[in-house]
Amino acid sequence: MQRHIDQELAELRSQILRMGALVKSQIEGSIKALVDRDVDLASRIIERDTLVNTMDVEIDENCIRLLALQAPAARDLRFVTTAMKISTELERMSDISENISERVIELNEEPQLKPYIDIPRMANWTMTMVQECLDAFVRSDAALARKVCADDDFVDNLTHQLFRELLSFMIENPATITRAIRLTFIGKSLERIADHATNIAELVIYMVEGKIIRHTIPPVLSDNEA
Amino acid sequence: MTAQVYVTPTLKAEAKELSFFYGGTAQALRSISLALPDRHATALIGPSGCGKTTFLRCLNRMHDLYPGNRYAGSVVLYPDGINIVDQTIDPIEIRMRVGMVFQKPNPFPTTIYENVAYGLRIRGSITRSDLKAVVEQSLKDAALWPEVKDRLHSLAFNLSGGQQQRLCIARALATGPEMLLFDEPTSALDPTATARIEELVTELKQRITIVIVTHNMQQAARVSDYTAFMYEGELVECDRTEKIFTNPSNKLTEEYVTGRFG
Amino acid sequence: MSLKNDIGKSTDAKLVRRQILRSQLRDRFFAVGGLLVMAVACLVLLALLLQLAYDGIGRVSWQFVSSYPSRFASQAGILSAWIGTILVMILTAATAIPLGIGAAIYLEEYASKNWMTDVIEINIANLAGVPSIVYGLMALGLLVYEFHLGHSFLTAGLTLAMLILPMVIIATREALRAIPPQIREAAYAVGATKWQTVRDHVVPYSMGGILTGMILALSRAVGETAPLITVGALSFIAFLPRSPLTSEFPFISLQWLFDPFTVMPIQMFNWVSRPQDEFHVNAAAAGVILLAMTLAMNGLAIAIRARFRKRIHW
Repeated sequence: MQRHIDQELAELRSQILRMGALVKSQIEGSIKALVDRDVDLASRIIERDTLVNTMDVEIDENCIRLLALQAPAARDLRFVTTAMKISTELERMSDISENISERVIELNEEPQLKPYIDIPRMANWTMTMVQECLDAFVRSDAALARKVCADDDFVDNLTHQLFRELLSFMIENPATITRAIRLTFIGKSLERIADHATNIAELVIYMVEGKIIRHTIPPVLSDNEA
Repeated sequence: MTAQVYVTPTLKAEAKELSFFYGGTAQALRSISLALPDRHATALIGPSGCGKTTFLRCLNRMHDLYPGNRYAGSVVLYPDGINIVDQTIDPIEIRMRVGMVFQKPNPFPTTIYENVAYGLRIRGSITRSDLKAVVEQSLKDAALWPEVKDRLHSLAFNLSGGQQQRLCIARALATGPEMLLFDEPTSALDPTATARIEELVTELKQRITIVIVTHNMQQAARVSDYTAFMYEGELVECDRTEKIFTNPSNKLTEEYVTGRFG
Repeated sequence: MSLKNDIGKSTDAKLVRRQILRSQLRDRFFAVGGLLVMAVACLVLLALLLQLAYDGIGRVSWQFVSSYPSRFASQAGILSAWIGTILVMILTAATAIPLGIGAAIYLEEYASKNWMTDVIEINIANLAGVPSIVYGLMALGLLVYEFHLGHSFLTAGLTLAMLILPMVIIATREALRAIPPQIREAAYAVGATKWQTVRDHVVPYSMGGILTGMILALSRAVGETAPLITVGALSFIAFLPRSPLTSEFPFISLQWLFDPFTVMPIQMFNWVSRPQDEFHVNAAAAGVILLAMTLAMNGLAIAIRARFRKRIHW
């Protein structure tokens, strides 16, 4: 039976997707600004963050309204509460992109330190994770969400690799320290974005299966089962 | 880190493959096996005609009042283990231990005092002072005492709908039942009266086992500890209320709880 | 989802107004018609009463009420007749009411609903319509000759009791049926047995209806003439039945039950059959008294019913 609330839930889903697309383009844009040394692009990314914040507030208000007026239960309830949290995670991703853009502007005051290879690789991987966690949300695909959680390890490894490389630069030549530190920061930011994507994936698993797996490592046997 | 251990509660009653036939032939309940935990509230939800009221009325043998009805299976009442629907057991005995509050408030057309006192009078002799004490206590337990203490001997029909329903609850409580059955107790009342009755049920369930049939899912969610979902005479799922409303195991239950029933 | 009918479309106001006017006209027509019909009925009743009063009220006096019948119209009175009516009514009530109410309670609450009870119910309805003289004939054969009760108060009381019994049963059953099942269920749910439910709730709450039935039945009995003639009411009784109170142990005597009897309608009938006009006047006067007695009896019953209704608000 098609109900009025299904329309509203569909609208909420679209809102999340639109926000997700915008956030993805923020990440993409900030890395492109880095690689192309494009200060204008970086400035635009910084400005666009307000748009993302507005969308976050809209989604929050929409969710609260749905909870108050429709009193959804079971699957619908999990969907609405998950959507609220996803929008928060997306908003943080955009903030991080804003920070990356600020570092890009600062980096452009000095010549490029080295060809950017690892950072774009990390960025691609991270954006794939963001795309996949949103796909998992749309399709209620718990398996895909679990894959995203596993993919986080790759980004973590890349971050360490980047740090070791930049560290050697800094030790060889102290004049490169400011640029290296800023690049390290950008690498760390990408890692944090990937972590947020993982959070979204865990939320999707809760939404689909009704089990909260956040903050747990391997499941602990209850006293009964041990 | 200690994990949550799910403690099985002690039971007050347990239906074991209970079936019921109206007029001996029309099957309304199909092999229902349902546990009713002691001093907790269990709600029965389901679409119209699913058999939840039929099940409720088996618990105090109300179906015996109309000829031709037939029970199959058993409903065991603890701690003594007697079978409620056993035909050799006197229904009067069951009704003295299991009380009922009906959908539309139905006080007797006499005084407030007489309404509450009747159940005790028919049980044998009781002194006037004892009777007065029990009547007062029952009205207090039903959250009605402050409103009626100065007019105990005025007619019950002069009370508002919500007050009449609380009077019916007091009447049921006066006889000290072990289990109290509520058949959609607030469907004829306005929201304020409904809220008061729900408040009352939430209090009472700590002292006495409650089974409540309701059409209003939010009421079941607010008031009960366990919820049983029934459909077409069968028990589909019974679990802790929060599980039924956040993550039910059965797809049919989820469809009903999210309002997707056609 | 769009509406395919004309909900919300503005309707022609003039058309609606004309429809309303037509309904209102019909309304008024029926109101006036009903009033006229009621007026006719009341006027007829009033005419009867006035005719009776005009003819007879002059004759009503203490002497009339306290004298026995006589060959001389001016000396004739209704003493034996009105005492007879009262005694017969007491007997009828004492027999028919417990039997009727008891039977109705059994049939309604205790008897299982099968074809046999259906047959009984149909027959009771039929009995209510049997002409009263048939009851008289039956009583003559059964009570007078078979049981040797003679032409006595007992026979008269039992005859009239049989006559009104179906009415009492039907009225009581209707009153019992009017009690909604929720009240019965409420009593059962508290642990009452069937008898306790009937005794404490069903019967008291239907008392209003039961008493109404009784009033109607007794009002009918008071005016019955044919069956009493058949069982041998005498119209010339110049004595009263033996007193129920005696001066020696056991201080009550039931001998009066077996004494010959007469009642008001019979006395009136006797007087009206005579050719002299003075006896007709006597008959009219007796009619006035009889009306007064009926009114008094009904008034008493209504007062009792009102008291019941006050205590149990239905």
